[in-house]
Amino acid sequence: MSAPLLELRDLHVRLTAPGGARLHALRGLDLTLARGESLALIGESGSGKTLTALAVMGLLPEGAEVSGRVALEERDLLALDDDAWCAVRGRRVAMVFQEPLTALNPLQRVLAQVMEPIRIHRLAPDRDSARQRAMALLARVGLDERQARAYPHQLSGGQRQRALIAMALAGEPDLLIADEPTTALDARLRVQVLDLLRELVAERGMALLLISHDLALTARRVDRLLILYGGRAMEEGRAAELLQHPRHPYTQALWAARPRLGAGRDQPLHPLKGNVPSLKQLGAGCPFAPRCPLATARCAAEPPPFHRQLACWEVSP
Amino acid sequence: MRRAAFVAGAVLTALLLLSALLSLAWTPWPPEQIDMARRLAPPSLAHWLGCDQLGRDVFSRLMAGARSAWLVGVVAVGIGLIAGTALGLLAAARRGWVEALVLRGADLGYAFPALLLAILLAAALGPGMSVAMAAIGLHAVPSFARLVNGSAKSWWARDFVLAARVAGQGRLSITRRHVLPQLLPLLVVQGTTSFALAILAEAGLSYLGLGTQPPQASWGRLLAEAQTLMFEAPQLALAPGVAITLAVLGLNLLGDGLRDRLDPKEQAR
Amino acid sequence: MSAAPLLQVQELGQHYGGRSVLRDISFTLPAGESLGVIGESGAGKSTLARLLMALERPHRGSVRWSGEDVHAMPARARRALRPQVQMVFQDPYGSLDPRWRVGRSVIEPLAALPMTGAERQTRLAEVLAAVGLEADAALRFPHQFSGGQRQRLAIARALSTRPRLIVADEPLSALDVSVQAQILALLRELQRREGISLVVVSHDLPAIEVLCDHALVLRGGEAVEQGPAARVLGEPHHPYTQDLLAALA
Repeated sequence: MSAPLLELRDLHVRLTAPGGARLHALRGLDLTLARGESLALIGESGSGKTLTALAVMGLLPEGAEVSGRVALEERDLLALDDDAWCAVRGRRVAMVFQEPLTALNPLQRVLAQVMEPIRIHRLAPDRDSARQRAMALLARVGLDERQARAYPHQLSGGQRQRALIAMALAGEPDLLIADEPTTALDARLRVQVLDLLRELVAERGMALLLISHDLALTARRVDRLLILYGGRAMEEGRAAELLQHPRHPYTQALWAARPRLGAGRDQPLHPLKGNVPSLKQLGAGCPFAPRCPLATARCAAEPPPFHRQLACWEVSP
Repeated sequence: MRRAAFVAGAVLTALLLLSALLSLAWTPWPPEQIDMARRLAPPSLAHWLGCDQLGRDVFSRLMAGARSAWLVGVVAVGIGLIAGTALGLLAAARRGWVEALVLRGADLGYAFPALLLAILLAAALGPGMSVAMAAIGLHAVPSFARLVNGSAKSWWARDFVLAARVAGQGRLSITRRHVLPQLLPLLVVQGTTSFALAILAEAGLSYLGLGTQPPQASWGRLLAEAQTLMFEAPQLALAPGVAITLAVLGLNLLGDGLRDRLDPKEQAR
Repeated sequence: MSAAPLLQVQELGQHYGGRSVLRDISFTLPAGESLGVIGESGAGKSTLARLLMALERPHRGSVRWSGEDVHAMPARARRALRPQVQMVFQDPYGSLDPRWRVGRSVIEPLAALPMTGAERQTRLAEVLAAVGLEADAALRFPHQFSGGQRQRLAIARALSTRPRLIVADEPLSALDVSVQAQILALLRELQRREGISLVVVSHDLPAIEVLCDHALVLRGGEAVEQGPAARVLGEPHHPYTQDLLAALA
């Protein structure tokens, strides 16, 4: 765990809305991730979390402007051209998507899809050894031979998600990005998939960047958390710390907003007022200011810098 | 860019309509007036597009042809749209055997050769514009029915339609107030496309002698009559050909533009 | 005021094309009390919701609203009862007609009741206020609102007829986390203030605890466990329920 595997510095992403307006969707994100570490990017809609993942994969939409530094083991990813990206995607960085049914090719058997990255990146000398490797990977994620030879629609949601994970791992990447990998799954499967990801990452000395909107689910299953809101980082820290002592009013509000199981029918509820801002509605200042119980005039006018893992004028780090 | 296309489409279609209407009151020359002295005369100040093999003014015949195009288009598309939409909506609202009947009927109608239909109608009614209108119209019914059924079914499955059922609305009411309005963009585009196809079909039928009969002018007739003179006087075929192209283009652009305008996201701006 | 329970379901079963999706569901819900239907996707929750709303005819069994079997009556009679039983759907983006101004959607259920236009407008203002929206919201279109606001509109629509029962099919799952608590609080307040019964279909166990007196756990179309919500969620008997709860730890 020495030099960071992934380093994001002052990452900005600007998008063009259909009407032509320029939207500043991600504003100055800093992030480092070391080998063997897992980090969850937590945010609601419009927080910029998915854009971050796409920026690291080089998959931002046409017309998106990126600035800042995105470095994978010191190599600047933003400077890559299409050909160079092909060598990086799947092999150095891989992604597990949210909806397995649409991320898998419906016309190809699962085994063939897992073999594809192995063949593309020449990780096996011939077809047979590629097949063996793919089978071994699928077995590791809990899919047997019969399931490996099935088509995606013949598998259950949980099985499809595992197949996606196997596909992502096939290229032996250093960094695995998982974008809401459990949203389409049931509660019990979610836990299984997250635990599986953790095990695989530890086994292979990879790093895991997990994108999620579910603080409660992910908090206990990653090393670190980074909370995003309205395109900016609000708070960062070791997961255990953040759970016990959240400092940022947004993090505290997220925690307080969920009802507690066992606290009874009449437990007090602490909803956060207001709506999650759309990109067009963001003004100057801290994006959370309109809804923040501690907000002052300064908060609305000037965005607080991200300093010592916290971006807030009213709370000292 | 999109706005320009819409305007172009609107202008072309308006021109088409205006020539048709105007031709009822005035044309530079009577379209059916024969003057053998002017046979195949080239374009001049008096005859803007020249004269055909019987000395009739081409421009005037073109305007009269616009009238036929409109008439056939409106009636044929009208038949197809109204009957087809009604059947499609009925099938989507009732499902079950009603839908099966409508869809199988549409399959049959679709499979029945349009040309054969026209020939049969011509045998029954005598060739003429009504044959063209009836044949093209009837042939359009299955396409509209299938299209409307498919689209309406997906709207019926949406939550807001379920909400309307929960609110106590009956099938007819839901069809009229929730489903049909959602279909408008589809109908506009399909309507203008069918209109364009109707013009082409009418040209084909007239060419074959099953549609408008001489001396009535339609663009198809003009093409048919110009065929034998392709090398001597190509402008005789060119004129109706360009007219058909512009009409079809204009209708398609107009349809696209209208569909975009009917999107409620545009309405709210 | 009849003595019959508000909602009574007996041996309810449903088939789709030969495949059984719901089997032998029975429960009774007294007026003023709420039921949570817990289950994962594919368990039959949405089918149950539709059957409770009489949007589908069951293969077996019966659904009774205040003692009357909804499928044993002519369609007209059933329509007359609909104002008493309303529904909130999962997807706030799909449950409002995109071409209608939202005010028109919110008062749609009132069309079945004998009210004047002025009375309907008054009711519209009342329900919008009840869900925390301004009166001028009525003139806008659905796409101009956020997900949380659309869900409020859907709840306003359900409230418009002063129903005794509202069936909510996953009312929170399509919303952002920071907004879910608002809608949850709104639903609970409506229960307390108006005495409305809820049937909440959801996989969100803490939300069910907050809203419901009773709970029924669905798995593969069958009720594996049911009883008082506090007991089902606090001391589950069935291993499946225990698993669901363990996943939250």
